[in-house]
This record gives sequence, C-alpha cells and structure tokens, in this order.
Amino acid sequence: MDYISISNLSKTFQGRDRSVPALQDINLSLSRGEFVCLLGPSGCGKSTLLNSIAGFIQPSSGEIMVDGKPVREPGPERGVVFQEYAIFPWMTVARNIAFGLEIKGTPANEIRDRVDTLLDTLGLKEFRDRFPKDLSGGMRQRVAIARLLAIDSPVMLMDEPFGALDALTRRTLQDELLRIWLESGKTILFVTHSIEESLYLANRIVVMTYRPGTIKRNQIVTMPHPRDPSGAEFNELKRDLGQLVMKEQERHTSDEMKAL
Amino acid sequence: MSAGVKSLLRGIAMPFLLLIVWEATCRAGLVSPIMLPSPSAIVVKWVEWLRSGELLLDVLGSLGRVTGGFLLGAGLALPLGLFMGSSPRIYEYFNPIVQVLRPIPPIAWIPMSILWFGLGNPPAIFLISLGAFFPVLMNTIAGVQNVDGIYLRAARNLGAGRSTMFRRVILPAATPYILAGIRIGIGTAFIVVIVSEMIAVNNGLGYRILEAREFMWSDKIIAGMITIGLLGLAIDQVMNALNNHLLRWHRGMES
Ligand SMILES: Nc1ncnc2c1ncn2[C@@H]1O[C@H](COP(=O)(O)OP(=O)(O)O)[C@@H](O)[C@H]1O
Ligand SMILES: [Mg+2]
Repeated sequence: MDYISISNLSKTFQGRDRSVPALQDINLSLSRGEFVCLLGPSGCGKSTLLNSIAGFIQPSSGEIMVDGKPVREPGPERGVVFQEYAIFPWMTVARNIAFGLEIKGTPANEIRDRVDTLLDTLGLKEFRDRFPKDLSGGMRQRVAIARLLAIDSPVMLMDEPFGALDALTRRTLQDELLRIWLESGKTILFVTHSIEESLYLANRIVVMTYRPGTIKRNQIVTMPHPRDPSGAEFNELKRDLGQLVMKEQERHTSDEMKAL
Repeated sequence: MSAGVKSLLRGIAMPFLLLIVWEATCRAGLVSPIMLPSPSAIVVKWVEWLRSGELLLDVLGSLGRVTGGFLLGAGLALPLGLFMGSSPRIYEYFNPIVQVLRPIPPIAWIPMSILWFGLGNPPAIFLISLGAFFPVLMNTIAGVQNVDGIYLRAARNLGAGRSTMFRRVILPAATPYILAGIRIGIGTAFIVVIVSEMIAVNNGLGYRILEAREFMWSDKIIAGMITIGLLGLAIDQVMNALNNHLLRWHRGMES
C-alpha cells in the first residue's frame, strides 16, 4: 500500500473578486522512503499541495492519506521545513532542537543526549547555546532540519528549503540532506523550482502545471547518488524537463502580463 | 585625555556651572529662600531627612505602592491581553469597554476611588494599577496579534498544544511589545503614585513634598523632588537591564 496517497485533490482559493484554482484533481502516491521533488514555476500550487499534506490547508475536495490515516490537521509525523526557516528566535539552537521532544514529554536526560547527537551530526556543536540571530541562513536551516530529526518525523515536507541560500551553502546542505535520507530512510517531499536541484536530489520528479495546478509528468530518476551535474544523463534530463517547465513558466508570465 | 573622560567632563560642566550660579544667587540674597533655597541648604535638609529615618520610609512607601499597584494592574492586563490578542471573539467582547475606559486619565478616577475605597493604600493601589493596566494591555494585544504566523505553524507542526503555544511561542514572541508596554506602564504608575500620595495617604514622597509645602520648607520640597527623580532613574535602569536580558535573543535581529 502507498505510504502517502493523494486522491482527486482540488483546492480553490476564494478571493474577494475572483477564485484561484490552485490545485485541480491531483493524484499522487509516495512509497515509504521515496525522495520526491515537486517541480514547477512559482504560483503553480506546489506550496498549496505541500501544506495540504502538512495539514495546514483544508482541500476543497479529495483526500490525503498518510500511513493509512486521513490527514485532518498538522502533526509531528509530517514534519515541515519552511523556506523562512521558522526556527524560534527566542530559543537557543539547543532549545529549538529540543522543543518537539519537550512537547512529547521525553525525559530530560534523553533529550540532552539526542540534542547532542544531532548537534554533532549537523555540525552545529559550537552554536549550541547561540540564538538564531547569530546564525547564517544555512546554519538556521540545519537547525530546522535537526528539529525534525529530533522528533524523528518519518515524513519530511520541505518547501524550497534551500531557496534563500547561496549556491555553495545550498550544495553542502543538499549533500547533507541526501546523507540523512540514505541513513534514515525517511520519506521526503521536496518542493523546488530548480530543475538542477530536483535532478540532484530526487528519486522521482513530479512536474506541475500552472493554473490550474495539475501533474504533468512523473519522472523517475535512476542515477545513483552522488550525482554529477555535468554528466550526460543529468544534462539530457535537464534539457528535457527544462522544456516542460519553460512552457508552464510562459503561461505564468503571460498571465501576469494580462493582470497588469 | 581620553574621549570618555572628555565627554564626562562636558556632561558635568553644565550642571556644575548651574549650581554655582544658583548658590551665588541665593547667597547674594537676590531671591528669598522660600522661593528658591540654595543647593547647599537642600543638601543639608536632605541629609537631615535621611538621618531621621523618615526618607527611607518614604522611599519604601512609594516604591511599595508602585510595585503593588503595578503588579496588580500588569498582572490582570497580561492574561487579558493574551486572550484578547489571540481570540477575535474575546476581543470583540472586551474591546469596546477598553476603548471607552482607556482614554480616562487615572487621575480622573481619584474621586470615585476615594468613595469606593476610602483613604489609605487601597485607593492609591487602585489608581496606580489603573495607570499600569492599559499600557500593558494594549501592548500585549498588539504583540500577540503581530506574532508571525510561521512560528505558530511551526509549533503546531511539532505538536504543540494550546498551553505550550501560549507559554513557549506566543508569549516570548510578543515579549518585545509587552516589555515596551511595561515600560510605559511603570512610567505611568510612577506619576500616579506621587499624585495619589498627595491625596490619600500620609507617607511616601508625594505626601512628604506636599506636607513640606504647608510649612514652606522649600528646601525639603526640592530635596523630595530630586529623590523622586533619582528613584525614577533607578527604576528605569532596572527596567533597562531586565529588557536587555529578556530580549538578548532579539537585539540587532534583522527583519
Ligand atoms: N491563501 C491564498 N489565498 C488566495 N490565493 C492563494 C493563497 N495561497 C496561494 N494562492 C494562489 O494559489 C496559487 C498557488 O500558490 P502556491 O501554492 O503558493 O504556489 P507555488 O508554491 O507553486 O509558488 C497561486 O496562484 C497563489 O496566488
Ligand atoms: Mg511556494
């Protein structure tokens, strides 16, 4: 059985003067341990889909099942990594990572051990007692990832998590994420508008169309990790997906021109 | 000379000059000591006041009333503000009353508070708590309403329940606003304590300077005023330290 299954999912946002069909009739399944990238130009409904799975958005119709249970509200078994990091600025790095465990009522010594391990794994040791304001974007996003690893979310929903980072930091974090994924066997849904990023990371790339958001293609990527972005297969797929995304991007652009 | 010493000397120069001119004017007999006592006379009076033990009692009396009234007012405003800020329903219930009562200066409550509570500490505490209540309330509401939704979503995602959400997310996120409200609240409480002591009680700095006026002890009045100023300064310094400690995560934070 599919671990995450989305059936006939639609979401229309009701505006004052018009309604936006953000998602239309989405059918998508993820097996346990898959790393799937949602790819598409901005505005095509990627965040809406991810937030529906996270339980932040109620779909207009259709159903989402995770591990056999319908999604009704947010929960720690579906951890979210936000583009804006969303780590708590009033908590130190260690407290941020511990927060989910404290909510669960995990014993203090267990929390300490677990936080120490995670600080180590993510290279955050020297920032343990620092506040987020002292951290770079990359370090903040590491804290956000560690926060989910702490509560051991089996599903990680990531909405353009590395979108605000510089290229070098982004690559480092991508490698780190791949290592964590390979070691932990978590199921990851990763939203991006970068074709390169999706090809570097995913088992499968789901390409979305723009308004209404539908699924255009399910692209299985079989290249073994670590992948070489300059390799032949990588670039062939990149061209191929590029044309697909470009068409949607053009529709987005012409839509925006019309609005002006 | 280092820049620090220079700036210190500049800061001292003006008051020093002023004191000399003031002292000289008094000594020359240009003004009556009742209209303007000399600085040296004020110091002598202040020391006398201190020695008698009365000054300490007055300071403690005023401080105690500020503290009690402030804790009462802020202690009620904080939870109400948290609820009003986080629930539009509760906000709708309470907001009209708050909007009508808030512009009434605490001083305007004096007659009613004396009718309700008689004389002594109760009306004073009531007035001071009123002065502290509204600034803390308004800022707490604004602070809660301005909590970035992303933190609420992140906390819900981690499994936070209602009480955890209040204690560990909404309250700390709203702290910068709340502390700003507390500062204004303490300032108001400090004004109100002096006024209410002039009316309802028979000790405290406010009472003492009014009492001194009846005997035309101008030197004691001014000594009292300076003590009030120093006490206000001390309270402000303590608040500053508290502010810096509680908001150490916030200082210099971008966006
Ligand atoms: N809360 C909302 N109210 C109205 N329209 C929305 C809302 N959220 C998203 N939309 C619209 O739905 C579409 C999809 O948005 P989103 O899922 O954020 O796209 P993406 O993440 O792919 O950039 C966009 O056109 C956006 O304007
Ligand atoms: Mg998005």
